[in-house]
Amino acid sequence: MTVTDSSQIPVDRAEIERAGQEHFDRIVAADSRIEPRDWMPEGYRKTLTRQISQHAHSEIIGMQPEANWITRAPSLKRKAILMAKVQDEAGHGLYLYSAAETLGTPRRELNQQLLHGRAKYSSIFNYPARTWADMGAIGWLVDGAAIANQVPLCRCSYGPYGRAMVRVCKEESFHQRQGWEILHALSHGTPAQKQMAQDAVDRLYAPALMMFGPPDSDSSNSDQSMAWNIKRFSNDELRQRFVDMIVPQAEALGLTLPDPDLKWNEERGHYDFGPLDWDEFWRVVKGGGPLNAQRMQRRREAHAEGAWVREAAEAYAAKHTTTTTALIGD
Amino acid sequence: MTSSQQDTTRATDADWPLWEVFIRSNRGLSHVHAGSLHAPDATMALRNARDLYTRRNEGTSVWVVPSEAITASDPDAKGGYFESGQGKSYRHATYYKTSEGVPHL
Amino acid sequence: MSFATIDSATKQSAGTAITAEEIAEGLHEGHTASPDVARYALTLGDDALILAQRLGWWISRAPEMEEDIALGNIALDLLGHARFLLTYAGSADGRTEDDLAYFRTEEEFRSCRLVEQPNGDFAHTIARQLLFSQYAYLLYRELAGSADSVLGAIADKALKEVAYHRDHATQWTLRLGDGTEESHRRMQEAIEHVWPYLEELFTDEDLHDRLEGIAVRPSSLRAEFDAHVADVLAAATLEVPQVPQAMAYGGVRSGAASEHRGFILAEMQSLAVRHPGATW
Repeated sequence: MTVTDSSQIPVDRAEIERAGQEHFDRIVAADSRIEPRDWMPEGYRKTLTRQISQHAHSEIIGMQPEANWITRAPSLKRKAILMAKVQDEAGHGLYLYSAAETLGTPRRELNQQLLHGRAKYSSIFNYPARTWADMGAIGWLVDGAAIANQVPLCRCSYGPYGRAMVRVCKEESFHQRQGWEILHALSHGTPAQKQMAQDAVDRLYAPALMMFGPPDSDSSNSDQSMAWNIKRFSNDELRQRFVDMIVPQAEALGLTLPDPDLKWNEERGHYDFGPLDWDEFWRVVKGGGPLNAQRMQRRREAHAEGAWVREAAEAYAAKHTTTTTALIGD
Repeated sequence: MTSSQQDTTRATDADWPLWEVFIRSNRGLSHVHAGSLHAPDATMALRNARDLYTRRNEGTSVWVVPSEAITASDPDAKGGYFESGQGKSYRHATYYKTSEGVPHL
Repeated sequence: MSFATIDSATKQSAGTAITAEEIAEGLHEGHTASPDVARYALTLGDDALILAQRLGWWISRAPEMEEDIALGNIALDLLGHARFLLTYAGSADGRTEDDLAYFRTEEEFRSCRLVEQPNGDFAHTIARQLLFSQYAYLLYRELAGSADSVLGAIADKALKEVAYHRDHATQWTLRLGDGTEESHRRMQEAIEHVWPYLEELFTDEDLHDRLEGIAVRPSSLRAEFDAHVADVLAAATLEVPQVPQAMAYGGVRSGAASEHRGFILAEMQSLAVRHPGATW
């Protein structure tokens, strides 16, 4: 984007900062939206760049456990659904990188942060997808948790992020349903299939609950994000909302959620649930375990092996300036 | 994978240029900004836009524009750009009350 | 949840094109394939299925994320064609698309060796796409006028999609052929690698005689295919390969497949065959 050259005119930097901050505060207070060229506090820019790019990395790395099952999907209909879903995740990654880039960091740099292990992605993707039932549990629980997180982000104070989330949420609505339906088919199938479904839910229930992040008492960035209207609900609020949603859904599946403390609390009007193993959460977030190395290696290989292709396209573009809008041969 | 780690830092490994994508969802409507993407040239940008932004039948027409070709108004921190359009209620039909109730006016 | 019309560029719809389910429903109304038509549909369907299976691998591994999406779209289109064609083929003897995809042996598949070739590097995948999409485009263009209305309807839908696949393959052939020295070398090697498997696509069989007016005679597509591909290769500064055609042992489109087919099926069918009769 071209920036007007106003360098001839002497400017008072402090005055710009003051007016900018005032404008920013007014917009946030009115629950309106900040747009890319608005003045914004450095912390806001940094927080959003980190959050949006981590979200994008999660979509891109999150393709892998499911992509591993595309070639083995047990029916052609499921193969088509899974392929469309994993492909959507690439799309969501791109929508998000596109939103992150409006904050001034090029995609190459965000990508390098991921490839060199300087950026995190959602710890859920460092768990293995062992069986076909995991495709169901990932859709139902992991995408379900992601949607619960993302719906409030559609109203995030940063315009491009909110718009990307609207698109993502619209597309993801099928992701959770297809997962639930996979589990439904399995839990109403043969004993071996039902066992497969229960096993996947047993493994993914707690990690899905941890996707909402650490408890509010331990969450360092939350307050500021809430004040900036980036976050609308606390981690614990969203986690509770999610648990309340999935309990009846699990009943409809005929599957058990692996939590002996899970029970309706009449007084609170919510389900109580047991403690989560946050030590494990932090181990996985910090890249412990072989899956992190495997996921990163695959990403690095794809990037490295694509280098000559990207270079070829650039070289071709430098030689040929004609644009072809019609399809070849049509 | 030391070789791939070296490759990821190749000097030439720059992003393809950035393009803004506009989609016309139905005939009769304007193109609306949908997002952006990277592509090596306009021909591929158009195709990438079709692939990325019309997977669910969202469009009947796609525009791609190099992001750097867009000139934008200054952010209106002080309101100067867009103040003038405000407060001129006489530019709107609802300003005129006397004619209320008169047919076809 | 409702996202109203915040942004008309996110309006979505499923569109009005034919679906595999509709074909299956139409078949219940009595239009089933004859054994010969079924065999023909199976051949086309197997090509589309195996190629979709191959291309699906790229999703999460493509040279750029935009290309993950592009290859994913193409794989999904092809999988759609396979589902139409296998569903129709199965109508001849009461089998479903999944019976045909998951419970046939290596010897019973009819896919061509071109689509069974490994993905290789991106150039190999593009070379395979260039040849197959041009062949499929010409094939479906003719098949759209088939005396068999189901084949005609499938071809009509598939034609519009493979036109895009052909464009995609051509655009990349141009960029790799006329890109860098390295990409030129890789693309030329890739074209030479897939070229020997062309003959099989254009060889007539007795089946085509018996299905005059219904099936497309493969040899009738060859001249236009050669001319188009030669034009693309020339524009991409690539040479038309001068390599001998691979012999088709045991007859064209027989069970005598490439060595790759067994591996492809072993992976594709691994889960389904462990649970015969299961619903997914």
